[in-house]
Amino acid sequence: MSEHIVSLRIYVTIFLALLVGTALTVVAGLQDFPGNLNVIIALTIAVVKATLVVLYFMHVRYSSRLIWVVFTSALFWLAILFVFTFSDYLTRGWLSG
Amino acid sequence: MNLADAVPIEHEASHPALQHHFENLEQQREAGALGMWVFLVTEIMFFGGMFLAYTLYRTQYPAAFASASNHLDLTLGAVNTVVLILSSFTMALAVYSAQVGKRTNQIICLVFTIVLGLTFLGVKAVEYRDKYVDSLIPGKLIPGRPFKPEVQEHGTPYDKHKLHLLPGATVKNVEMFYWIYFAMTGMHAVHMIIGVGLLSVILFFAWRGRYGPEYHNPVEISGLYWHFVDIIWIFLFPLLYLLGRHLEH
Repeated sequence: MSEHIVSLRIYVTIFLALLVGTALTVVAGLQDFPGNLNVIIALTIAVVKATLVVLYFMHVRYSSRLIWVVFTSALFWLAILFVFTFSDYLTRGWLSG
Repeated sequence: MNLADAVPIEHEASHPALQHHFENLEQQREAGALGMWVFLVTEIMFFGGMFLAYTLYRTQYPAAFASASNHLDLTLGAVNTVVLILSSFTMALAVYSAQVGKRTNQIICLVFTIVLGLTFLGVKAVEYRDKYVDSLIPGKLIPGRPFKPEVQEHGTPYDKHKLHLLPGATVKNVEMFYWIYFAMTGMHAVHMIIGVGLLSVILFFAWRGRYGPEYHNPVEISGLYWHFVDIIWIFLFPLLYLLGRHLEH
């Protein structure tokens, strides 16, 4: 498997998408959305931006399966860290109140 | 097998950068990228712990976190986000230039990336100084400048140096936000400084013409590191600067 060279056009497109994402984050952050929608929107945009960077700037889209597995393992451990911690903290008020 | 029977491996026109323990440049490139990715996984977990602390305290003290966040300079934060994204772009172009063998472009892109990285750090320094002036450095980290922000009274004219507490927020919990703010942005800045150092070394060797289409491992994996630091900031920016703006009208 030889190295894949990402074209300049893709780099420019991703760069512009990241700028648009940043602008959207700021605009959305200044609006008053109901409930937790503000943080949900902010994190969704951040995840999309990060995904674009990982797939194209970091070439994961064109990398071997091994790199995919290693990268996904990070997300897996991160999920364990968050889920287990919050299953404790967020349920503490359930008993005594 | 008898040693005498062993035929020395013929490296057909072996590249000077090919290490003897790799079969070929392609294998060496893959191994290098894999190594950097494994390191980045540990980095994700390292920053993950801080993101966890942030999330935990934010759920406990939402009003204090929103008040503290509103005191940060949104413009400087947004400008720095753009600076960092631009630097990631020039970094990607530096790798591309190495891949297609354009040495001059590669050097120009690396210089731009380094300059943008330093710009980011400069803006960060300005922000840190603002926090120092407003006595928002948590605890007693700075001798003679303990955490002691002035709180804006209701009905008094707006003062950007004073802390605007939203209902339910306390100064003590605002301090918690600033511990996390300085820990996270500080660690991020340390990574930026290391990145600038790395890229300076890469720039030196690029200038000497070491990297071309066949061999550019170091450029590529330094790029991976640089993009990773960019990703951390992509999350830090909305989480630190934008979490309570909509509450302040």
